[in-house]
Amino acid sequence: MPPMQHARDRSFSAMLKDALLVGAISAALALPLVGFKTVDRVSEIGLETRFGEMFYAVAVIVVGRLLLSLTAAGRARPIFLFTAPLSVLWLINYMFGLVAVDWPELAGLTWLAVTVIAIRAWIGMRQRTAADAAVARKDAGLPIASVVTLFSRYGRFLGPAAAAFAILMPFMPFADQRTVDIGILILTYIMLGWGLNVVVGLAGLLDLGYVAFYAVGAYSYALLSIQVGLNFWQALPIAGACAATFGILLGFPVLRLRGDYLAIVTLGFGEMIRLVLLNGPDFGLLKEGAKGIGNIPRPSFFGMPFTAAPPEGVVSFNQYFGLDFAPIQRVIYLYYIILLLAFLTNWFTLRIRKLPIGRAWEALREDEIACRALGVNPRNTKLTAFAIGAMFAGFAGSFFATRQGFISPESFNFMESAVILSIVVLGGMGSQVGVVLAAIVLIGGPEWFRDLAAFRMLAFGGLMVAVMVWRPQGLLAHREPTIKLAGSGRTKPLAVSIREKAT
Amino acid sequence: MSDTPLLKVEHVTMRFGGLVAVDDVSFAANDRAITAVIGPNGAGKTTLFNCLTGFYKPTVGRLSLTTADGTEHLLERMDGYRIPQVARVARTFQNIRLFPNMSVLENLLVAQHNKLMRASGFTVLGLLGLPVYRHAEGDAVDLARHWLERIGLVGRADDDAGTLPYGDQRRLEIARAMCTEPCLLCLDEPAAGLNPRETEELNQLLAFIRDHEKIGLLLIEHDMAVVMKISDHVIVLDHGRKISDGTPAEVKNDPAVIRAYLGAEEDEDLPPEVAKDLATVAPGAIGGTH
Repeated sequence: MPPMQHARDRSFSAMLKDALLVGAISAALALPLVGFKTVDRVSEIGLETRFGEMFYAVAVIVVGRLLLSLTAAGRARPIFLFTAPLSVLWLINYMFGLVAVDWPELAGLTWLAVTVIAIRAWIGMRQRTAADAAVARKDAGLPIASVVTLFSRYGRFLGPAAAAFAILMPFMPFADQRTVDIGILILTYIMLGWGLNVVVGLAGLLDLGYVAFYAVGAYSYALLSIQVGLNFWQALPIAGACAATFGILLGFPVLRLRGDYLAIVTLGFGEMIRLVLLNGPDFGLLKEGAKGIGNIPRPSFFGMPFTAAPPEGVVSFNQYFGLDFAPIQRVIYLYYIILLLAFLTNWFTLRIRKLPIGRAWEALREDEIACRALGVNPRNTKLTAFAIGAMFAGFAGSFFATRQGFISPESFNFMESAVILSIVVLGGMGSQVGVVLAAIVLIGGPEWFRDLAAFRMLAFGGLMVAVMVWRPQGLLAHREPTIKLAGSGRTKPLAVSIREKAT
Repeated sequence: MSDTPLLKVEHVTMRFGGLVAVDDVSFAANDRAITAVIGPNGAGKTTLFNCLTGFYKPTVGRLSLTTADGTEHLLERMDGYRIPQVARVARTFQNIRLFPNMSVLENLLVAQHNKLMRASGFTVLGLLGLPVYRHAEGDAVDLARHWLERIGLVGRADDDAGTLPYGDQRRLEIARAMCTEPCLLCLDEPAAGLNPRETEELNQLLAFIRDHEKIGLLLIEHDMAVVMKISDHVIVLDHGRKISDGTPAEVKNDPAVIRAYLGAEEDEDLPPEVAKDLATVAPGAIGGTH
């Protein structure tokens, strides 16, 4: 599209001309894409036309462009007053189904367009008032920026507060089984995000095949529990070690690759693991291939299962504590397992960042050649990052297997890797709290708004675009040094130079 | 000073396909001395450095480093990262290579990576937070502070290295190399882009390192104010070959060097008065040429 001019004195006819030009371009694009539709008939493929929808969409674009031009030309207020109520009314109508609409997809798109214009007009209004008040702060008026300032100001209370909330959540009045389930899902992705953060955020190795290690962990747990008979806590470290081993194995061939090339190869590795599992190699239960592995043992509370009818001679959790059986007991237990694993991941990554290996990861991300000139072994350093990231994916995978009770290769497709990477990038590379926020938005959002299924991916995409425009470095991307000289108690001048003392 | 030189470069040749960047160069560099490698652009100075610090493997030749205790390391056989780790050869880069998004102090701690890795029990003991690691980290911070005081950057220790002014970044890179506790420090054009005052500070820093740290320094430099003032020994390369070797005064008056910098044929065509002029300013004229 032609760039939009910000001149306030642009005449209305120029704006109209611009809007019609944009309309013509979109009509040319929409004719083959929207105007025609192929349909399956019994014996052939037929062609249907959708000119009505097409003209409607083009009309929305023309009007929308005109309104955006007017907003940029300083008419933000009337446009906001017009579009914002329209957007709200539309939403109310959608939620309560007051007036039936034909073409629900187009209605949804129109709502989206109206909402975007309303937001733009609101920003325009804020900018004008800010300019009038001579508060010419660079990021004034951007809603995301003000939220971020708020976070950076009270950021240090955010972590402990979130942790306390996470611990108490299952006992809060609103926590029904569905909410706790969503909490488990979010925590799983938080843990995966923290694990991937070691590889991507700290070591700067763009890994698009992270889900492979998640799969290795899940399958390791399934095999260990069903075929060897280990319980969850016995199998967990072994599954983590298996995933770490795979991390090293897959890390070796990519040691010399960087950036995009590394991303492509790791993407390939991720798919390879899934395809191997899909084809069912002749190794125990892996033979099942695409059918997946079912009846994976659920975790028990110190040997006490969560079941209404325990087998002979076994005391179930609810019997031991004298409670009535309720399915939510197991869900809450699972919630605490993943919370514990997530806390472990967080503690580990925060701690290792301050150790020489963590600093070497970050140095490697900054400049590999300088690292080599300082005697840092790039091979070992990279492999450690791959191994540790993979280990946490392996833990999360084991948890996934025991929670679902059934795993199949379909759970470990590329989309999962992309979502985990999006969480890390959206949250701000290297930021622990950022990952939590991003996981809540990206995983929790779609789960809560599952009813809006048709627009989930659209909202997902829109959100990513918004973040890339306003916060390209991620929601929270402030890096604290791992060690500080000020306040380290080592500030008074040294009496004798150390080296002179030594010689 | 022991009888064996610290660094011996013997018949080193580096070919890139048909291009011979370094052609049969031999020289020696001593402990507690500053050896300068000079030469016109494209003479092969940086290639020689890259061979020395493991970024290239020389096509032919031997690079041996003999430490104070008599151990001989053959640099051409070592992996790149083992040269600073085992043979203790540190280097800086022509275009500064700091870790710009890490703090100044962190830059200096990464330089002490191998020492700290051992102290942290390869991360295991460090994760548990044992005092043995905390002490080692404290010592590492002390060494870093020693160098920060030396280069006058203590006040900026917790700022990102990328936010420092250019001259400070140059000196920080030298301090970082010194934090690896090297026995040979290789500097690739340390004075590039510095103003006269900063160049003077650099001279003092390099002389301090030579006299107090008692290590060898090898530097590539275009700035003759640095080379002639502080070098103990100068090696001149041209088109990959060594054309002169000696004290700054010897090299300054070597006809081969003057020819390489100013050209020979033109001399003969010059009008007599210009030739006379040139003869008087020739040593200084080297300094003006890059």
